[in-house]
Amino acid sequence: MSRITDLQKNLFGGTTSNARQFGMISTLVAIVVLFQIWTDGLTLTSGNLIAVVSQYSYILILAVGMLMVIVAGHIDLSVGSVAAFTGIVVAKAMQEHSLPWPLGILLGLLVGAAIGAWQGFWVAYIGVPAFIVTLAGMMLFRGANQYIGNADTVPVPEGFRKIGAGFLPEVGPDTGYNNLTLLLGLAACAGVVWREWKARQTRREMNADLAPLWVTGVRLAVMIAVIVFATLRFAGGRVGTSLPISGIILIALVLAYSHYTRNTIGGRHIYAVGGNARAAELSGVKLKRVNFAVMMNMSVLAALAGMIFVARSAASGPQDGLSWELDAIAAVFIGGAAVSGGLGTVSGSIVGGLVMALLNNGLQLQGVGSDMVQIIKGLVLLLAVAFDVYNKSQGRFSIIGTLTRPFRREDPAGTAAPPAPASDADKTKVAG
Amino acid sequence: MTPTAPNLLEMRSITKTFPGVTALADVSLAVREGEIHAICGENGAGKSTLMKVLSGVHPHGSYSGDIVYRGEQVRFDSIRASEQAGIVIIHQELALVPGMSITENLFLGNEPRRRGSIDWKSAQRRALELMEQVGLREDPDTLIKDIGVGKQQLVEIAKAFAKDVKLLILDEPTAALNEADSQHLLDLLRGFRERGITSIMISHKLNEIEAVADTITILRDGRTIESLDVKADGVNEDRIVRGMVGRELDSRFPDRTPAIGEVFFEVRDWTVRHPTSDERMVCKGSSFQVRRGEIVGFAGLMGAGRTELAMSLFGRSYGTWLSGQVFKDGKEIRLKTVADAIGHGLAYVSEDRKSIGLNLLDDVKTSMVAAKLSKIARRRVIDPVREHRIAEDYRTSLRIKTPSVDEGVVKLSGGNQQKVVLAKWMFTDPDLLILDEPTRGIDVGAKFEIYGIIQRLVAQGKGVVVISSELPELIGLCDRIYTVFEGAITGEVARADADPEVLMKQMTANKKSPTP
Repeated sequence: MSRITDLQKNLFGGTTSNARQFGMISTLVAIVVLFQIWTDGLTLTSGNLIAVVSQYSYILILAVGMLMVIVAGHIDLSVGSVAAFTGIVVAKAMQEHSLPWPLGILLGLLVGAAIGAWQGFWVAYIGVPAFIVTLAGMMLFRGANQYIGNADTVPVPEGFRKIGAGFLPEVGPDTGYNNLTLLLGLAACAGVVWREWKARQTRREMNADLAPLWVTGVRLAVMIAVIVFATLRFAGGRVGTSLPISGIILIALVLAYSHYTRNTIGGRHIYAVGGNARAAELSGVKLKRVNFAVMMNMSVLAALAGMIFVARSAASGPQDGLSWELDAIAAVFIGGAAVSGGLGTVSGSIVGGLVMALLNNGLQLQGVGSDMVQIIKGLVLLLAVAFDVYNKSQGRFSIIGTLTRPFRREDPAGTAAPPAPASDADKTKVAG
Repeated sequence: MTPTAPNLLEMRSITKTFPGVTALADVSLAVREGEIHAICGENGAGKSTLMKVLSGVHPHGSYSGDIVYRGEQVRFDSIRASEQAGIVIIHQELALVPGMSITENLFLGNEPRRRGSIDWKSAQRRALELMEQVGLREDPDTLIKDIGVGKQQLVEIAKAFAKDVKLLILDEPTAALNEADSQHLLDLLRGFRERGITSIMISHKLNEIEAVADTITILRDGRTIESLDVKADGVNEDRIVRGMVGRELDSRFPDRTPAIGEVFFEVRDWTVRHPTSDERMVCKGSSFQVRRGEIVGFAGLMGAGRTELAMSLFGRSYGTWLSGQVFKDGKEIRLKTVADAIGHGLAYVSEDRKSIGLNLLDDVKTSMVAAKLSKIARRRVIDPVREHRIAEDYRTSLRIKTPSVDEGVVKLSGGNQQKVVLAKWMFTDPDLLILDEPTRGIDVGAKFEIYGIIQRLVAQGKGVVVISSELPELIGLCDRIYTVFEGAITGEVARADADPEVLMKQMTANKKSPTP
């Protein structure tokens, strides 16, 4: 038993035990395998994987921000409305005032920042619970979206659509693959190897137990195999497609925020505030500033997600972003964050989000109606968290409990690569 | 109680293991009917585990050994089962609902019913009876949050009586109580003995144990060391200490030759208002000084305003600052935020390490560096290797018992947690450490070590302020003691003149020299 745990730890956990991550990744793999068989191999086709990434990237971007909000002990219900509001403002500005699209993106981010400052102000400096502030924001910005857009759809220019529906250009010799995607895959492999080497070095400097070399080797081989597979799939779609731009934005954000939450002072302060606000304050953490920052950051990411969505659907409409907040929150909790704050990882949330995305798409590929999809997703969320709670109450390894230790160090096996999951080829606009 | 009274409870050869740890190894305990039985031992000795086995928190089957209660072998599989048998445990952390009245709390989960709804009339009547039994004179409609912690403790005990208790177990009952309330509680226990109720008391306060207990069982490292009959064996505190630590502590305070320098920290006319009440001042023009290399004590009854003074100094973390100045090395410093205070070399170790001193989700090393992350970071990115090394250094130098620095702090014993908190603040390189009840709820051995740490700190030329409710501790440790009463500093006593009587006089209504 303990040898299996050890192996599990070594293979999946990077430096420390990481049962939750292991559980989630196994679930993810199981779902991929299940749907791959069920759909006769449709799930892992290039076209489907590309569709999944472009369809779910904005939800995953939201999950990244939401993870930090939840870790700090808050919640943000307004992200869908904020995304929709930003979308309409940017679309209008570009269509009616012929704002160039790069400035449009900048404008969108500024709108997000302004909304975030507004919500952060109420949460951090006035002390209104985030639930209330963002519930108000949810209504407020939904209404504002419809007020500005007259409940109409507003198209966006070609250039802008790139961030949602764009692909990497075809450059260099004709290899039959998208060369830039291949390069990215190569870089990811190098990154994974470098990371692993760094981690071993750090462990050695700490005089901590080193996993046997073969274990590191196996883990690396698995990760590289996943990356290579994903790379070939993303690069090998029909000509003109590649890893979507939105997917690249997502990966960049995941890497950046993973690093931030795990390795920096600012990240640690977020966990400190969520774990025990008073203790954090008495340790010199600027509580208000942290709360303000996480709320503001969430709205900026929501604005970005909104713009990507509008770009993908080529127009901004009054129903954009409906119930996104719920998908993002579900992803974070499936990914192992604690409702009371202080625990959770960016990588966990991404894995949680992918579980949801894959379920959604696999079921839709099978022609399961959206009614059943909702029911299944609801059950998955409930069971995932119930499993955690049950394990904890039984005094076995607590998945949430084990997260306390690895949360700043574990190896985000699920994030380093454009994960191989994915399925979906649906045409609906609203993600789930 | 007569010495020949039959055993009410016998626990035989109890062994309880957790993964990787043997918490109890072949522990036996025999409690006679109608006695007060004290269980002593250092933190981690297995006292709480033993009580959890007894009360069914660790259900039958999860341990080996037998429990014989009132002549029958019992197998409790839940707290409810043990309570039905009349065994009630009162934990250190009280289980009361602050927003409910005394009556409501007394019958919570046990409400008297009449035709499907709660019979408040008889509840009220019963409540008065129960309160009478524990000597609690209070309107039964008073909310729990409006009565002091001493009275809350009494409510807990009354609650036990509502369940028809035969064996009352008190875990550190006086830890949070002041002198007078503790005395009342001990008297109450004696009263129960008269009435034939058996009590088990876990306590670190050896003087109290010596005063009330009939029998003492000493545990060490999960084993029964000995059972002493207080009268027959002529037990005194030193005797108990020897059993607990396995050696004679020559002194309860390590030796030290004070090397006291010049005044480097001074507070003048510090006045702070209560956070919610405009009328109440929690600090009334307090002035005091600390010299380099000096341990300064603050004595006072609970609620005298010592913690409030310390926290308001520490970055205005309590109340509303009205006036007063702080000088360090002759220069006035402003401490508007905790970050300012840390930056100016202040450290405050809170009295309540669990709720405001530590993030219980953190591991040992994360906790240790939490108050000065900039010291282990380069361009805001934390260096995990330095963090690890620093934590290992503190683990060794403070002798913190933990399997590794990656262990969650929640798994450490109280004394070790306290050392982690001390490490956390030592890591900030403070010039002045304010330690609020640094040894509360900590066993004798760990206390001795913490005194040693304090003495090492002052030997390095730092100043230390110790706030404590235990007068012997202040007298044994401090070079100078200020007394505080109702927010005002009422006196200053040098080590040579310090004795409990003098201090107690100034700590209570005697406003001899109130500062303006």
